[in-house]
Parts: sequence; C-alpha cells; structure tokens
Amino acid sequence: MRCFYKLVVFLAALTAGTAAWAQAPNYKNVGRAPTPDEIRAWDTAVGPAGKELPPGSGTAKDGAEIFADKCAVCHGPAGEGSQMAPRLVGGKGTLKTPQPVLTVGSYWAFATTIFDFINKAMPRGQEGSLKPDQVYSLTAFLLYKNEIIKETDIIDAKTLLAIKMPNRDGFIPPQLADIHDIKKRGCRLGHCP
Amino acid sequence: MNSKQSGRRQFLKNGAALAGLAAGAITPAGATPPAPESVDQLHAYGERSHFESWTRKGKHLWPPEGASGTRDYGFRTPLQHQLGMITPAPLHFTISHGHEPTDIDPAQHRLLIHGMVDRPLVFSLDELKRLPSVSRFHFVECNANSGPTGPTGAARRAPTATLQETHGLTSCSLWTGVPLSLLLQQAGVQKSATWMIAEGADPPKHLKSIPIEKAMDDCLVAYGQNGEAVRPEQGYPLRLIVAGWEGINNVKWLRRIKLVDQPYMDMRESTKYPSLRLDGNARWFQFELGPKSVITRPSGGQQLAGPGFYEISGLAWSGGGAIRRVEVSTDGGKTWTDAQLQDPVARKAHTRFVFPWEWNGEEAVVQSRSTDERNEVQPTRDEISKIWHIDMDYYNTSTNLVGHFNAIQPWKINRDGSVLNALFL
Repeated sequence: MRCFYKLVVFLAALTAGTAAWAQAPNYKNVGRAPTPDEIRAWDTAVGPAGKELPPGSGTAKDGAEIFADKCAVCHGPAGEGSQMAPRLVGGKGTLKTPQPVLTVGSYWAFATTIFDFINKAMPRGQEGSLKPDQVYSLTAFLLYKNEIIKETDIIDAKTLLAIKMPNRDGFIPPQLADIHDIKKRGCRLGHCP
Repeated sequence: MNSKQSGRRQFLKNGAALAGLAAGAITPAGATPPAPESVDQLHAYGERSHFESWTRKGKHLWPPEGASGTRDYGFRTPLQHQLGMITPAPLHFTISHGHEPTDIDPAQHRLLIHGMVDRPLVFSLDELKRLPSVSRFHFVECNANSGPTGPTGAARRAPTATLQETHGLTSCSLWTGVPLSLLLQQAGVQKSATWMIAEGADPPKHLKSIPIEKAMDDCLVAYGQNGEAVRPEQGYPLRLIVAGWEGINNVKWLRRIKLVDQPYMDMRESTKYPSLRLDGNARWFQFELGPKSVITRPSGGQQLAGPGFYEISGLAWSGGGAIRRVEVSTDGGKTWTDAQLQDPVARKAHTRFVFPWEWNGEEAVVQSRSTDERNEVQPTRDEISKIWHIDMDYYNTSTNLVGHFNAIQPWKINRDGSVLNALFL
C-alpha cells in the first residue's frame, strides 16, 4: 500500500514536471504570434552555419571599389586602419607578442563574422544600407587583402561557409560545442581567470 | 492666537535667524531659498544638491580622439563617492560601443522571441508589464573593468589614479522585470536549442550569444532600474540583465531573442572579448566575472585630514553568487581582519563592507580581499600574473587589452594623508 502511495506521488510529480517542461502557456492573452514577415524582417544576424545568408555574391575586385568609396575614409585605403577605425589587414605572427595586431586575417575565427558585421553595422552612421552583393564583395575584398582567397574568387553563401580562417584554431575551447563545458573552457568553478 | 501657534511661529523665526546667521558666516549660497516660481519645478522631478557635483567621466568611443592612449571605453562611475551598494541610475557606468541610444517610443517597442521554439511570440512593453515580475539587485560590470593593459592601462596603472579610473566600469542597481525563463517557457523552448542570441534595436544591432542554461537560470528582461524606467543610455525601454556575467551580455534596447543551436560569433564576442594570452591562444566566452572588491574610502586621490578614526568602506561583488566574506588589511597585506558586510548582501550584487580603522599618521597600505559563496578568493596581482604567465614588463608594455583582471587593489596612504594607487608602485 505504501509502495502504491509512493508510486502515485512519484507519478504526480512526474506529471507536474512534464507539464512544466511541456511549457503550456500559462498567461492568457499576453503576447501574440508574429507573422512570418515580421520574423523575416528582423531575422538577419548571420551565425557560423550561415542559415541567414541572403542570395547574392561578389569578388574582391568589386569590393575594392566599394571599400575605396565607403570604408577607406576610416579604415585607410588598404585597410591599414587609422585613428578613426581599426586595422583590418596584416598582423600575421604577432599574436604571441605583447603587442598583438588583431585583424580579420590574423585573429578572426569565422568568415561569417565578417559578412555579418559589415552587413549590420557598417558603414558607421549608415548601418544596414549595403546591398547583399556589396557585403559579399567587401567580405571578399578583406579575405583577399589578408591573403585568404584570390582576387577573382567569388564569395557567396556557399563559398563563404567553406573558408577556414587562418586563426580558427587559436581559441579555447576550439570547438563551439565545448563552450558549455566549464572544464573544457579551462575555468575554475564558473570563473575563468 | 493660541500658545501652540505662537510657539511654532517663534521656532520658525528662530530657525530663519539661525539659518541667516549660518548663511552669512559659512555657506551663503546654501541658505538662499529657491524663487517661489521654481518650487513646482523643483518638486516635479528632484535634483541633487548643486553642492554634489561629481559625475560620470569618460569619452565617446566615436570619434576616437586618436591613437595617443586618450581613448576610453565609456563613461565611468564615481564609485569613490557612492554611498551604500546602489549606484544612482544617472551615475551608472555606460558603454554602448560608441552608439548613443536611439530614442525608442515604448508604445512602439516590441520584443520578438523566435527560432527553436514551439510558439514564436511578440510582446509589447505593456504586455510584459502584465506578467509576473521580480526585482533583484545585480551589478553590471565591464569585463575590462580595472584591467591594467591596453588603451586605458596607463591611466589605470598611474599612482595618481582615482577609483573612478581604476574601477569605474561597474555599477549596481535594483532591476525590475520579467524572468527570461518565464518568457522562454511561454514560447516553449525546443530540445535542440542550446543557445540563444539576444539583439538590441540600436543601429548596429548589438548581439550576444548566451548558453541556454544561463538563459533559463537567472536572466531578467528588465524595464525598471532603481524604481523607475531603465534609463535611455542603459537600454530604455528594455534591457536584458545577465546576472554576474561580462557587461556585454546585458543587451540594451532589447528587441529580439532567437533560440539557436550554436553561438553566433558576433564581431565583439568572437574578436574583441576573447582574452588573448602570450601563448597565442585566446579564451573566448569567459562569461562569468570573478570575485572582486575594492576600498572606496579612502581611495586614490582622496586626502585624509590627519591621524584619527576613519571608517574604511568598500564594495565587493562576484559573478559566482553572494559575497561571503571580505577581509581588510591595513599593513600592506601582512595581516587580514574580517570586515563587516552591510545588508543587503545579494547574489551577484555589490555588497558594502565597512571596517573601523584608526590611522596613526604613518605610511600605510590598505586593501580588501573578497570571498564568494563558492569559496573563490580574490587573487593578488602576482597570483594573476602567474596564471597568465606574464611578468611586470607585460603590464607596462602590452597594448593587449585583457579582461577579467580581478586583483586585490592596494591604496597607499602617505604621511601627508594623500592616497595613491599602489597596485603598480
């Protein structure tokens, strides 16, 4: 009998737990379903899987013109940086020094990050104004200037994802799936000194 | 006229006379009553006394003033003047990566939750305010706060540095809002979702990737700060509060949360916030801030009037939870004694500590050391150097900005009562 009672309690707890995880809405008429258009309009950030990459393409050659027109004023004609904006090119071999030069080529781990940041945050003051072809072209230009691709290589949603950045393995932990694991992050408790 | 009224009138008259006297003798400006027509204005939204003049200090990231090292990472809180554990909202430090807040009409603002969820949802601000709310004390701290290298390193290392310059990129508020876990449960997070990305409505769309474990733990979608709406520079009308983690996670002007299965490697989280070590490897996604503490009084740039009693007072905090213990040393770290923690002692919040001290007029070095609920102890500079495999030269010469520097902060008191930053003396 006692066993039966325990079983009932256990099942009740399980049901309650299941209900909680099923996550049925508890608060009536608070919030609504977005339309697909509403989601599409905002769902523009591009992750490493590139799912959100728009159609389009470009080469470094196309990108050079756009860079000269829209970017060089701050980043310098060759991406060498200025007082206005960081250097984008070079820095190879400096990471193990007290004066590391952290650029797209020497440091960045994902080519999608280049596309994503130009797409949403550049040029400063005109964020979001570039068309997908222009963003692909500028991405190609920076990859070319950092000797990662050839000047004529076409960058699009497919070729962008195939690029392995030179410093991709320079981060701890190297695998994104391991970031959840405190030990693999090299942390003591939660804090990673 | 009865005697009671007469007595009161007499008292007022005497009071006025006394005030007049004090005014003539000591502080003429302080005794001037406001013009009657400005009283309504004065009482509509209060201002602090104009004798209280300290402000945030900083520089816009944009345009940077040049490569000369004058560039700063935001506007720093004058912690040396803060009383108790709450930072007044107008003095809460602010870094928006150079972008000033967009002027957001709360009636038009929406929060979208989508991605790997069963029920994508859009909330208006009014709807969020209908949901069960909580208020919690939490600090927000820049991961570079008190960091001794990089563009702001020289100012931080200088013996003349004030607390505002050394530690001014942390602040603590009472945040009010909806637990993020409640919103995510409403949307029904799918099993495949291991991360979420949170995005702001600012022009460059600041974005931060956060593991689902933290999202379901103690994050807040906050619309309130210290009893009123979140300030514009803090993210009005909605800010994500990610308790105890690097400031960058606390997305301002929050408008979108997407449940995903990997981090999005946004430019800042993947290239600006990793800590690059001398071996060429960089640690990314360090998330949690370690135990830290600092004496706010006496602190750098202050002046003791002469030998005698002074209460040593300071702040301690940890991303790992509540502060369990703060010890104070007044002899350069030879001996340590427990300080008293003042209520409230909240998890992932600034905690005020106090310690009675009589200064004998001789040179002294005072410092504090905090321990959090996990028994993590705040390290010394040399202990951090050992972990990082760096020497003193590195601090003085490196251009590399390294975050998560939570070393014990010594202040040196000279015989003349002046107080210096002694971390690199």
